[in-house]
Amino acid sequence: MTTAVQARNFDEFMEGIWRQNPVFIMVLGMCPTLAVTVSAVNALSMGVATSFVLICSCALVSLMRNVTPKEVRIAVYIVIIATFVTVVDYAIQAISLALYDALGAFIQLIVVNCIILGRAEAHAAKNPPITSMINAAGMGIGFTIGLLSLGVVREILGAGTLFGVSLFGANFQPWVIMVLPPGGFFVLGSWLLLFSWWARRKEVAKNV
Amino acid sequence: MSATIEIRSAPHVKGGYSVEKIMRHVVYSLLPVCAFFVFQYGISALASMVVITATCLLTERFFVRTGTQSGSISDFSATITGLLLALSVPPGFPLWMGVVTGFIAIALGKALFGGIGFNVFNPALVGRAFAQAAFPTAIASYTASFLPGRFTEFIPSSLAWPLMIPPETAEWLKLKQLDALAGATPLGQWKFEGIVASAVDLMTSLGGHMAVGPSPLLIIACGAYLASRRFMDWRIPAAVISSAGLVASVLYAYNPSHFPNPLFTLFSGGLMLGAIYMATDMVTSPVTSRGVWIYGGLIGLLTVVIRYFSGLPEGVMYAILFANAAMPLIERISQPAVFGAVATKKARRSAAFSLETPASTLRESKDVVIPIKVVSNNQPPKS
Repeated sequence: MTTAVQARNFDEFMEGIWRQNPVFIMVLGMCPTLAVTVSAVNALSMGVATSFVLICSCALVSLMRNVTPKEVRIAVYIVIIATFVTVVDYAIQAISLALYDALGAFIQLIVVNCIILGRAEAHAAKNPPITSMINAAGMGIGFTIGLLSLGVVREILGAGTLFGVSLFGANFQPWVIMVLPPGGFFVLGSWLLLFSWWARRKEVAKNV
Repeated sequence: MSATIEIRSAPHVKGGYSVEKIMRHVVYSLLPVCAFFVFQYGISALASMVVITATCLLTERFFVRTGTQSGSISDFSATITGLLLALSVPPGFPLWMGVVTGFIAIALGKALFGGIGFNVFNPALVGRAFAQAAFPTAIASYTASFLPGRFTEFIPSSLAWPLMIPPETAEWLKLKQLDALAGATPLGQWKFEGIVASAVDLMTSLGGHMAVGPSPLLIIACGAYLASRRFMDWRIPAAVISSAGLVASVLYAYNPSHFPNPLFTLFSGGLMLGAIYMATDMVTSPVTSRGVWIYGGLIGLLTVVIRYFSGLPEGVMYAILFANAAMPLIERISQPAVFGAVATKKARRSAAFSLETPASTLRESKDVVIPIKVVSNNQPPKS
């Protein structure tokens, strides 16, 4: 593999993590982002589940891109995605029932997650399997990072724990609002604010 | 004969008012109220007030410095936010929660919208609403007023470690020979135990060890000073109080055994403080003359409805926030008629204009002095 190809692949991979981050830049998939990020564990498992579905379905969509009729492509994508979501659904149920209950309907709702459908339509349908898998992996990791950064803040402030480990002892005063829906909006808003402030600072620094 | 006309943007008539001056006088008028609060609860109230106000000022300073917010720390608006916030939380509110609340009030309630003059909601109430949602237990734990030794000893919950649960005050109250009931506000006592406090005690806040804020009579007196100096629109508190009184009287007349008497409703909780100092926030209240009555009426109605028919004992905060949100709509439906305009009718096809020029459109006659026009660059004229 030449260095040019390596560099391109690295760019494809980093795109989802940084430049096109699904949570912070594209603001896609807000439904699971706000709903399941009550704790870091939930956020991480949701991210991993979505990444798995994303990578597998992008690979399959990409393999079938030359035989899929244009008129029924969305239906084909949905069937492919739904297949992998079912796999994930059963896998999580088998691994941890508690986690399955905590994530609730949001596992099944990965089917209609716009990040996955968007990747299938915008990238996998036009690129060879390896490239689109690299891109999907970057997107999946970017999504997981986004969920984690919400989940970590909300768990620390809302329960005083991180991945279930108590950080401040038994006397911690939980911020009830952080585990309620408004907390999700506050934390997401604060992260978006931070990133846009950073982007603007970089812009200003470049112009000066 | 000559005259000079100066062309510059509004305002042309100077009343000597400025944001800074109005805000400074609001702070002056709040000082007696704050002093009374300290007199009631001692150093805990003083510490809470200092910490919350300092946090508000520092946050304001930070956001003005970083350029995300207009205004200046010297316009006293953050001081008012801090003082009102401190008056609306319990005196024994843990100081670290006060810091969080003060920061949220300015950052979320004000800086995010662009600073003074741009906020949609009253910043102090945004902070308090956040605290209500984040720390529901701490914000509901009042302590009795006029405790012996209140000037030498903190309420134990004040000095809780940051991020930690404040200690229970029930034990501490027992040491002071008071039962746990002394820590309940009159509104809470009415809501959960059916005890209606006497209106006279509530008016002065002096009846024994009641867990109440500063005296409503004092707040009214301070508000009257502001209204007399035209620093406050007196119609808003008038509308809030009359609407709350009216709704409470109607309900009391309907079922006196179930609803408290209207005087209890008017003088308990934060109704007076809310009506006089929070609802009248110039940024978040309407400017139209019919609008202020609708706005105040809405606050009074919602306060009574929330107090009587919801799970919460106090409803002033949510009522004002709700009316703040409704403010643009209220202004839209209460636009005054433009001077000289007549009610517009549907354009008729047969409409015709008079051929004669009406006398009123003649703007100049021969003996009128035509002024010399001077275009100024918006600076006050040099005399």
